[in-house]
Amino acid sequence: MNAQTTPSVRLNDSTLRDGSHAIRHQFTPDDVRRIAARLDRAGVYAVSVGHGDGLGASSIHYGLAAHTDEELQSAAMEVLQRAILCAVLVPGTGTKDHLRAAFDRGARLLRVATHCTEADIGIQHIGLGRELGMEVHSDLMMAHQIPPAELARQARIMADAGANGVYIMDTAGALTIEDAVARVDAFREALPADVEVGIHAHNNLSLAVAISVEAVRAGATLVDACLAGMGAGAGNCQTEALVATLERMGFPTGTDLWALQDAADDAVRPVMTQPPVIDRSTLTLGFAGVPSSFLLHARKASEQFGVDEREILVELGRRKAVGGQEDMIIQIAAELASERMGVSQPT
Amino acid sequence: MKVGIVGSGNIGMDLMYKLQRRPGLELVGVAGRSAGSSGLALARSHGYTVTDEGLERLLDLEPGIELVFDATSAQGHYANFAVLQARGIQCVNMTPARTGPKVVPSVNMMEHLDAPAINLITCGAQAVTPMVAAISRVAHTPYAEIVATIASKSAGPGTRQNIDEYTIATADGLVEVGGADKGKAIIILNPADPPIMMRNTVHARVDGGTQREFIESIEAMTAAVAHYVPGYRLKVPPLFRDDLVTVFIEVEGAGDYLPTYAGNLDIMTSAGVRVAELIEERGTAAA
Repeated sequence: MNAQTTPSVRLNDSTLRDGSHAIRHQFTPDDVRRIAARLDRAGVYAVSVGHGDGLGASSIHYGLAAHTDEELQSAAMEVLQRAILCAVLVPGTGTKDHLRAAFDRGARLLRVATHCTEADIGIQHIGLGRELGMEVHSDLMMAHQIPPAELARQARIMADAGANGVYIMDTAGALTIEDAVARVDAFREALPADVEVGIHAHNNLSLAVAISVEAVRAGATLVDACLAGMGAGAGNCQTEALVATLERMGFPTGTDLWALQDAADDAVRPVMTQPPVIDRSTLTLGFAGVPSSFLLHARKASEQFGVDEREILVELGRRKAVGGQEDMIIQIAAELASERMGVSQPT
Repeated sequence: MKVGIVGSGNIGMDLMYKLQRRPGLELVGVAGRSAGSSGLALARSHGYTVTDEGLERLLDLEPGIELVFDATSAQGHYANFAVLQARGIQCVNMTPARTGPKVVPSVNMMEHLDAPAINLITCGAQAVTPMVAAISRVAHTPYAEIVATIASKSAGPGTRQNIDEYTIATADGLVEVGGADKGKAIIILNPADPPIMMRNTVHARVDGGTQREFIESIEAMTAAVAHYVPGYRLKVPPLFRDDLVTVFIEVEGAGDYLPTYAGNLDIMTSAGVRVAELIEERGTAAA
């Protein structure tokens, strides 16, 4: 029995992708080399690298990155020996040209992420990834917004398009443990046995590790996590805490816990501008069901227009904003300010 | 001027209703491909010549047609366009196929009145390009970036299967028609129910220009578009920050055949009708 050495869970570390939201997409190639090398040595399956909103997302809208996807992903390729490089593509933002370029620089795992009701806009990208010989995992973002059976129907569209795995992406950090397990169950029922189920959790309700672990117990085999919990909103599922918990529960991850801890404390914490916290703003993201990546955009708009961050977030939740509607943050802040003061120009 | 429509789906029917209000444009017939089409039945009930045997049959039945709206699909368009070219009939291309010069009626239609086919780019382009043009006529615009958000329900299979082509064509339009040096387009689908209106955000980096100049130009352009798309409006006044001008646009549909939230489809059919009107007015003026 080699259950101790065969991982039952494959970790995709997203520090260098989702983590970039926490520092407004300012990772440098040096940061990438330092962090990716440690992740590689620690034994994670995949390392996601690039702008937080995926390939081609560097923009006024999503935030301008300090370095291009090409610079960051090429830096990762210099140091990765065992782990595979993962690129994320959000249809509507990234295109097949971006995908081909990522493949050419070495990405062998592709994530195609759509809003949870819009799986069909990713069909052509999933197909191209498979055609290039990549492993393709798909993401249904804002997975709290629709019931498990509906979500599973969307997952099936991705699986039929060729995805090797489909992630439940709790973009807003709004799922409860029960919600997450129900979605894994629905996926297992709806998807062919060879299509894996993944979980991507944010810590806005302080449940990221718990959700991830319970998803694994329910049959998920792919898990996203970030060192030191660095990520959008209150941060992502914390890689080293997840690994410690999984190992204690008898789910081998194939990783070295101490090496992950050292990577988190020695390589990641020094580049963080603030530790991930559950405070009134990030908790409101989870409570109102708003994409975690909106946090710093809302903070900026709150300062620019002099309105409470929470008011902006609650209104975004009320209008059912989806990932990518960062422009609505400014617009709502402007509207709230003009209601209050009779002017809508920033001060 | 006698005009026809090929394609009896949502776009074709919305065009039919809009053309009924345009005295200079006489819609005579609608061609489809399916005998059971509810669109063809509707067109027949309005008294138009109708055929389910395609464009050529319609042109045989109604020999005086000078302009045809192609509301079929990218695949269907190439065959239709060949038929129209052979007969010297102008085509307003409502499909994603890329034939003819890119046109946004409020910006550059007057340069293309004689083009065999008019390419309306994308619905996003119809909504945002006028704003980029309004900004770039005031000051050099090195970069324009747009975000178009539409209701999931209003995004048809053409848009869904060709989302890359949509973003690329829209971005190209910001440069070729809008006058920016470089363009970027992002499209977002929102499934909220009841469906949201089409919303568009335009960010432009500018060299020079005053806030007053930009506001005047943007307001004039908004009025020019609203002349043929009544539901086109600024959501909040333009924002200025450093070298960045940001404009928020909302497009409410007229609700002719399509629901009012489908402003993205309404702006396409409205632009198509406007193109035909400008062609017809030029013909009248010359006569």
